[in-house]
Amino acid sequence: MTNAIETVGLAKSFGGTRALAGVDLAIREGSVYGLLGPNGAGKTTTIRILTTLIRPTGGSATVLGHDVVREAKQVRRKVSLTGQYASVDEDLTGHENLVLVGRLLGLSWKTSKQRAEQLLEAFGLLDAGGRQVRTYSGGMRRRVDIAASLVVVPEVLFLDEPTTGLDPRSRNQVWELVRQIAAQGTTVLLTTQYLEEADRLAERMAVIDHGRVIAEGTSRDLKSSIGTNSLRVRLGSADARPRALELVTSIVGEGVLPGQEPLEITARVESQTQAARVLVALGEASIEIAQFAVGDPSLDEVFLALTGKPADEPKAEAKS
Amino acid sequence: MSADTLPTGDRMRELLSMRAPAHPASSLSSIVTLAWRAMLKIKHVPFQLFDVTITPIMFTLLFTYIFGGAIAGSPGEYIQYLLPGIVVQTIVFITVYTGVGLNTDIQKGLYDRFRSLPIWQPSPLLGMLLGDVFRYAMATSLIIGLGLILGFRPAGGVLGVLAAVGLVLVFAFAMSWLWIIIGMLVRTPESVMTTSFVFLMPLTFASNIFVGLDTMPGWLQTLVGNNPVTFLADAARKLMHGEPAGPEVVRVLIATAIVFGVAAPIAMRLYRKER
Repeated sequence: MTNAIETVGLAKSFGGTRALAGVDLAIREGSVYGLLGPNGAGKTTTIRILTTLIRPTGGSATVLGHDVVREAKQVRRKVSLTGQYASVDEDLTGHENLVLVGRLLGLSWKTSKQRAEQLLEAFGLLDAGGRQVRTYSGGMRRRVDIAASLVVVPEVLFLDEPTTGLDPRSRNQVWELVRQIAAQGTTVLLTTQYLEEADRLAERMAVIDHGRVIAEGTSRDLKSSIGTNSLRVRLGSADARPRALELVTSIVGEGVLPGQEPLEITARVESQTQAARVLVALGEASIEIAQFAVGDPSLDEVFLALTGKPADEPKAEAKS
Repeated sequence: MSADTLPTGDRMRELLSMRAPAHPASSLSSIVTLAWRAMLKIKHVPFQLFDVTITPIMFTLLFTYIFGGAIAGSPGEYIQYLLPGIVVQTIVFITVYTGVGLNTDIQKGLYDRFRSLPIWQPSPLLGMLLGDVFRYAMATSLIIGLGLILGFRPAGGVLGVLAAVGLVLVFAFAMSWLWIIIGMLVRTPESVMTTSFVFLMPLTFASNIFVGLDTMPGWLQTLVGNNPVTFLADAARKLMHGEPAGPEVVRVLIATAIVFGVAAPIAMRLYRKER
């Protein structure tokens, strides 16, 4: 199997701050790969190096066999980037934005225009195509941005947090699109803070924290690697939650996950026996239980186990 | 692209079958394309153009009718002196929008897209400047048109006026590079504006755009006399009125070359540098 992307000891410092501290990746051609991690972990920095926008300060990276520093131009010919913020011209119409990209990629005026219309139609933007992008909703902007990355279908598509800030419906649409793009043979590297997103889309993923890969593999690999089960308790009433939390914590210790919905408690348990002890304790305290389940850990729990903090905890560090 | 309208099967395969052409756009073609983008912006946001021409129009009217008599004997006399200078002032002010536009593009992430495309790296800057020069030319026509209505009668005729405008545009092109530098250094489009006005106010007012040097104190004469904007206003005035302007034009061209020679390489360095 050939790899579309390979990095060895990739490092990057901005002034005195180390954004990447030696990242090794091997991403198979034609796959969807997820880079997972909190803000400031180094996901965007990795993508910016791979798309030749910035240079690494250590290590090396190749995209489709081309070194990202020495053969930047060859890399640029084969990749597209959709950044965290819609990188389209807001003053121009959706149609004009797509024609602009087509022309810059070397398509004729005629082909660029045809291609723009084709993409607008496919992305449900035909009616909006003649309006300035500044009048678009968030979901529409993201669509036009992704469309701009597909004017010429790249061999590798980079999506930096493609669904951040999108409503669930738009998010589903982007997911569906990513699947279709990958099905046509394009390698997709996407970064995300949403573990669900990586779980659903990516065949393999790397969890990055503090500029290092702290875990790599399929979502199943990651889940089994932490060697624990996930316990999910749904309470009969929210009033009982504080007391129930107390009980669960006294049995499982550090494994309780915060930030869940009012009726639910999720925790990591080491064994079925430990889970049973929780059930007994809740029963003895006469706390009404609507649902009780032990299963594979979710990626949120994996993340907590790996990093010692939940994935959605906001960090004060600047985005890199 | 609601999930139900997202194309599937053969249609999707067709949509995703567009591969890269054998060659990406040439340098020239990418510059032209990006200049086209700048023109579209003028079309979609014409306000930017009026925004910067309204002040010169007010200045022309104010100075001509209020101070004209006192400065030059009559408004009709004064506008012959003032108008070429106002053209210079207008264009010098508009050049700031190059920096503002660039800064906006960078903040919006648009330059990331340009820089990740297989195009000649300076072409986004050059394309933008080409579009801006067109914008300068439009603003110039507006001011000269107003001048003609108010009684401006350039003795140099059409050729003289065109020569003057051409010279102003060349200078403006060089000067834009200064704002490109600022556009890349500061954080917001608003601060490009404020930063550049710190330079622009003295540059345009400590010049002979409004009045000649003779009534200024000696030290100020030295300062104003060596201001490139003064050179440009002198040259524009003489060209428009058909007077011999050889030395003035040469001085402007030297100033232009210096500004360009210093600012453009710094701007390109900053541009290549990562953000």
